[in-house]
Amino acid sequence: MRTGIFMAAVMASMLLVTSAQAAAEPGAAKLLKSTADHSKFKELKQVFNSGPEVTKACLSCHTEAAKQIQKTEHWNWEYKSPEGQLLGKRHVINNFCTSITSNEADCAACHIGYGFKEDKAFFATETNVDCLVCHDTTGKYKKPIGFDGNPVTKNTEFPPGSGKIIKAVDLQSIAQHVGKSSRTTCGACHFYGGGGDGVKHGDLDSSLEAPEKALDVHMDADGNNFVCDTCHDTQGHQVPGSRYAPTAQDKGEAHVRGKHYNTSPTTCQACHGQAPHKKIAKLNDHTDKVACQTCHIPKFARGGVPTKMSWDWSTSGKRGPDGKPLVKKNADEYEVYNGKKGDFVLAENVVPQYIWFNGKVKYTLRGDKIEASNQPVHINSFEGSASDGKSLIWPVKVFHGKQAYDPVNKTLVVTHLAGEDDTAYWENLNWKKAVAAGMASVNAPFSGKVDFIETDSTWPITHMVAPAKDALHCQDCHAANGRLEKVPGIYIPGRVSDHNRLLDTAGWAIAALTLLGVLGHGLGRIVLSKRKH
Amino acid sequence: MARMYIFKRFERFWHWAQAALIIFMLATGFEIHGSYTLLGWQKAADLHTTAAWTLIGLWLFAIFWHFTTGEWKQYIPTTKNILAVMNYYSVGIFTGAPHPFRVTQLAKHNPLQRLAYLLVKLFINPLIWISGLLYLYYNQLGATKIAALAGLQLGSIALVHTAAAFMMLAFLIGHLYLSTTGHTPLAHIKAMITGWEDQHEAEPELAQAATPGRRG
Repeated sequence: MRTGIFMAAVMASMLLVTSAQAAAEPGAAKLLKSTADHSKFKELKQVFNSGPEVTKACLSCHTEAAKQIQKTEHWNWEYKSPEGQLLGKRHVINNFCTSITSNEADCAACHIGYGFKEDKAFFATETNVDCLVCHDTTGKYKKPIGFDGNPVTKNTEFPPGSGKIIKAVDLQSIAQHVGKSSRTTCGACHFYGGGGDGVKHGDLDSSLEAPEKALDVHMDADGNNFVCDTCHDTQGHQVPGSRYAPTAQDKGEAHVRGKHYNTSPTTCQACHGQAPHKKIAKLNDHTDKVACQTCHIPKFARGGVPTKMSWDWSTSGKRGPDGKPLVKKNADEYEVYNGKKGDFVLAENVVPQYIWFNGKVKYTLRGDKIEASNQPVHINSFEGSASDGKSLIWPVKVFHGKQAYDPVNKTLVVTHLAGEDDTAYWENLNWKKAVAAGMASVNAPFSGKVDFIETDSTWPITHMVAPAKDALHCQDCHAANGRLEKVPGIYIPGRVSDHNRLLDTAGWAIAALTLLGVLGHGLGRIVLSKRKH
Repeated sequence: MARMYIFKRFERFWHWAQAALIIFMLATGFEIHGSYTLLGWQKAADLHTTAAWTLIGLWLFAIFWHFTTGEWKQYIPTTKNILAVMNYYSVGIFTGAPHPFRVTQLAKHNPLQRLAYLLVKLFINPLIWISGLLYLYYNQLGATKIAALAGLQLGSIALVHTAAAFMMLAFLIGHLYLSTTGHTPLAHIKAMITGWEDQHEAEPELAQAATPGRRG
């Protein structure tokens, strides 16, 4: 007994000594994952007066970086679809702020370049590439709206005469602390699409900067802690997984490290494979028809940030008593009306709509004829059907708009919204001037008349993947008026609208008649046997 | 009163286990179909599948039993005296006439029962089973490379399965009622539980003639 206690004491003291030694060992605490400490580079030990000066320093070592960037949609804001449509931000008209064209000063705050301009020279100049907006790790790098995508390097009053000062950023310090992209750097633009936090996508907003597990099982800051690049696995700056070229159905195997694949690394199947359900194998029988997202993203805008569900430009133009554009806010301090923009409907915890989607998206572009008799105009249409063999049932956000169009030429219009000039709508609230200026900027015909037309746009829901326990249950779809009630071309057990009316009526009728028959027979036996006795 | 041992132990176990499974599968099946909500869809679907496999297992034993004991001959159809039996159930039963059929160990079922049970065994059951297994393995049909299977739509499979379920439901209602038509309302049910059938005093003349001659 005594020996036991003694031994235990000896062992305990040995443990204490060992842990004390470990704690005292210097340098063991932090191991840099990168082989380079940018704060030690002499190229970065200088004062930078502009973004391009930083890029020049970056490119002196990273010789191919700008050339790689210049091949991306991130840079070109242009994408030629397999169907031959010229898409990308430079070409599409959406139903949020409608168009970046003629509004570059503001919109370019989200371009990965400096001094965005619609000319070849701009896109061809390597030093125009903004390395910092993706590689900043300090959180201090900012590209304010109104500066053509440039950071502010000297304290600047903006708008001029407003008395508001935009503080300068320290490019030298930021450049010395560059690193890999993060949820924060990607999110700086992608969380704020459509002009504000969570506005556009519904499944991307600032709540994903450090989400809890319940909001996103992969990006869970205390758990898996995925960054965007974990799935959008980027090689040579080419980021896969653009919604302009989506993979609606992935029949491939789970990707193995090191092996080369031609399929997108961003799909669920790229990690989880084709039969991911181990406990309830029957669920694997759904993967030929149902996208993973349909069950595993039960709702979007779950992080506390509302997303816009509709935007009615036709009611814009009202001014408050002070002469400034009227602003109305809801109880949570979010704008629901702005004289510059019109009425908004916001929503959180939104149940998606469900559609067949095969990966093809067709857009209504600027020159396409649109008819007031055929509203809403589909800004984009997701193609797919139960029978094409390429579609899965996908969750989507459908965003409704009412926006300016040319009722004579019957086209969508480019509106000049932002700028320090008399024609900008956000300055003078005059539609005709703003549309005339916008259409002139793209040399497109404009009749001089402006009217409003209902539109909708469709956005795939693929982020905010919930933990398995929060996924949809069988009865969410296998029921009358369930989630998939309106999805055509498929038989869903339990979906009452799929029943063959004739069979159900006849079946129950025969059962009822049999019951009535035997009850009558039995009653007869009882009555007659009583008479006998 | 004389008694006769009609239903053997396995036969009784098979009958009641099958009865319970069929009633349970009708209840869960129509919930899966969407006719009502009782257990919740997932539970109904899970238990329906488990019950199906249990019943298939039970049937494998039952088929083995029927063939090794020769009991399958009890289901050979006969038209002999079928009219007399039909006449009994539509008229005689009300006037107190004796049953034209007398149960023996070699002929447990009257001609009408033979026909009804044979119909269940050769038509309704296979229809339910085949459509049910196709329903269960719908996703694997394509991999069979058999065009007739690969081209099947789930809606068609479900349609046949549901139709067969309605037939089974109608059979069950009729069967339950007819079980009360013995010489006392519980006589048949008692026999199915204990195996022993009371020999009723009034021996019908027709009884012997109702036994088919093909018995070996």
